[in-house]
Amino acid sequence: MTKQMTGARMVIQALKDQGVEVVFGYPGGAVLPIYDEIFQQNDIRHVLVRHEQGAVHMAEGYARSTGKPGVALVTSGPGATNAVTGLTDALMDSIPIVVLTGQVPTFMIGTDGFQEADTVGITRPCTKMNWLVKDTAKLAETIHQAFHVATHGRPGPVLIDIPKDVQFATADYVPAEKAKVAHYQPRTEGDPDRIAQLVELMEQAERPILYTGGGVVNSGPRASALLRELVAETNFPITSTLMGLGSYPASGKNWVGMLGMHGLYEANLAMHGCDLMINIGARFDDRITGRVKDFSPKSKKAHIDIDPSSINKVIHVDVPILGDVTKVLEELLRQWRARGSKTDQRGLAQWWKQIDEWRAVKCLSYKPSATTIKPQYALERLEALTKGMDRYITTEVGQHQMWAAQFLGFEDPNRWMTSGGLGTMGYGLPASIGVQMAHPEALVINVAGEASWLMNMQEMGTAMQFRAPVKQFILNNERLGMVRQWQELLHGERYSSSWSESLPDFVKLAEAFGCKGIKCDRPQDLDDAIMEMLAYDGPVIFDCLVEKHENCFPMIPSGKPHNEMLLSADAEAFRSGAVLV
Amino acid sequence: MSALNIKKGSTSHSAYDLRSALSEVEESHTLAVIVENEPGVLARVIGLFSGRGYNIDSLTVAEVDHTGHRSRITIVTRGTPAVIDQIEAQLSRMVPVHAVQDLTAEGPSVQRELALVKVAGRGDHRIEALRLAEIFRANVVDSTLESFVFEMTGTPEKIDAFAELMRPLGLVEIARTGVAGLKRGV
Repeated sequence: MTKQMTGARMVIQALKDQGVEVVFGYPGGAVLPIYDEIFQQNDIRHVLVRHEQGAVHMAEGYARSTGKPGVALVTSGPGATNAVTGLTDALMDSIPIVVLTGQVPTFMIGTDGFQEADTVGITRPCTKMNWLVKDTAKLAETIHQAFHVATHGRPGPVLIDIPKDVQFATADYVPAEKAKVAHYQPRTEGDPDRIAQLVELMEQAERPILYTGGGVVNSGPRASALLRELVAETNFPITSTLMGLGSYPASGKNWVGMLGMHGLYEANLAMHGCDLMINIGARFDDRITGRVKDFSPKSKKAHIDIDPSSINKVIHVDVPILGDVTKVLEELLRQWRARGSKTDQRGLAQWWKQIDEWRAVKCLSYKPSATTIKPQYALERLEALTKGMDRYITTEVGQHQMWAAQFLGFEDPNRWMTSGGLGTMGYGLPASIGVQMAHPEALVINVAGEASWLMNMQEMGTAMQFRAPVKQFILNNERLGMVRQWQELLHGERYSSSWSESLPDFVKLAEAFGCKGIKCDRPQDLDDAIMEMLAYDGPVIFDCLVEKHENCFPMIPSGKPHNEMLLSADAEAFRSGAVLV
Repeated sequence: MSALNIKKGSTSHSAYDLRSALSEVEESHTLAVIVENEPGVLARVIGLFSGRGYNIDSLTVAEVDHTGHRSRITIVTRGTPAVIDQIEAQLSRMVPVHAVQDLTAEGPSVQRELALVKVAGRGDHRIEALRLAEIFRANVVDSTLESFVFEMTGTPEKIDAFAELMRPLGLVEIARTGVAGLKRGV
């Protein structure tokens, strides 16, 4: 039985049918009919943001921490253009979000109307798919299709542009089960013959490594569980990209730490020296590979990915397996067990001996200080004092992000929300609010740098209004730390515009927002201050004044291979010649 | 693992992929892309090429199935084998794309382009233009006392050759449709 309703009501009905609980949004002229419908119902919660970029990052945080699609609702013109950064971020990191934008009425499209922008044109390259709906009769079906596209295959952002007259007009509602989605059904089962090839390689490998990425997280909790079985039964070492942290627990004995530009020494050298690399849901990003020509030169490479364009894009692989991580791992384990669960144990023992030697370098060591808070120390204390709690971490982008990845341990997937591909400063604060909305009782901490944090600090208003007790743990070095680090190492110590001048007093800022501000600048006070932050029932802005000139190591200067990594002690020696990109 | 990773099709002369995937030699490939005929789909496909720095040498598009709303986009592009593979993968993962065929790699194909060629001149030039048109099986579709418009179909190379011959005889302008192609046989 079909039901007649307005386009605006259809939007709400379709969101309900898709199981949406919360929408992050900001009203404006072109979405007023939808806001009128939001007003008249109680099933879907609307979180009023302070800037549309914040809405999209909140939707991302929600999605990343739940595995469900996040939803944002913004108006036409500037509302839509403000959403572009978040859309691009979600595209790069494969985060399923659905963004609804208002548009000027269909009869005004193309006239340069007030708050008109070519939203589908602008967002075409930064969405997985987008639609301009010109007919109310097609609106509900399009929304259902949008959710399908966002969450199937490689997840990603989608956008639906809805002109105001389409919101007002009436048509039959198309329920979710009647929406046509048959044309988009990406293949999820891996080719069993290819998987057999990989099993054979696994049996023979002397120096294998599992290189996992965000695809494991996106594939769902079952993928992480299977991955843990695989690691436990094969005793293979495992590393992960920034995006994949938590798929395998940081406390697991086979964990060799994050790899990449600021990855661990042992992880990068294991990647460089392995004879079998099994890439599971990662994409050979340039921050991972370093110089492509010299990337892991002696290994056979297998690549499990759901996106055909990820395979052979950067690194040519020997065994490409197109499919969903969960399904491929199931089949991989089945075949490997069926053939007797064989590995080259003697080779593996040697390999682990080598890895343990690399581990002994203790690449994360830093020079402690009794007078200044080292950023690494701050994170070590945060880790120690929050360990075992129901904890979610978001970050901004820069040194603090890399230190957080190095010094915080993640035991489960969906617990770590960071802007990996796009590197969006200003991501962490709104993302933390999105996470908190999905997990009201959990401890949500945004590990931030002061410069990144300022980029979307207006969202503290959102946190206050919606009682999201997010903890903003700002490692304040009064510098754009990562920019400063590159300038020190590669631009002759000319610190062009890389210091944070005229910073606000963060404690007063917290008071101005009505939340709690804590300032800490002495190592001996840090534990108490962190405990105070954790004990406070509400949002906290924690201004942690840290060493201003600390560099983040290890570091593979881009354009260098994995075995030319800089450790902290090398920093002095390296101040010449290299060009970073 | 089997040493021969045989993929069907490489050139129009071989059934097997004998190219090295790591070859740096650029090849020209004709791709047929079957898409849902919906607003923005062409912009999406073209945006992929410009956004990722791929070449388009020629492009044609038209709806080929009016009831199913399918359009066929034929693109002639250039790149190393790895780039061509990447273009195919990028196209095939697009939501409104139903199928991608590499007409160059997947065995023999027929490829044709239509051109309208305007030539102006008098006297011997005019007679010579007509004579050459006959050799090239071009039809006269418009004529004045001082000009012809020839219509011809053929491979892009044939049209290039004809246009070159017309240049000294008074070539005024040329309109080309770009390549349309189909796989030979069933």
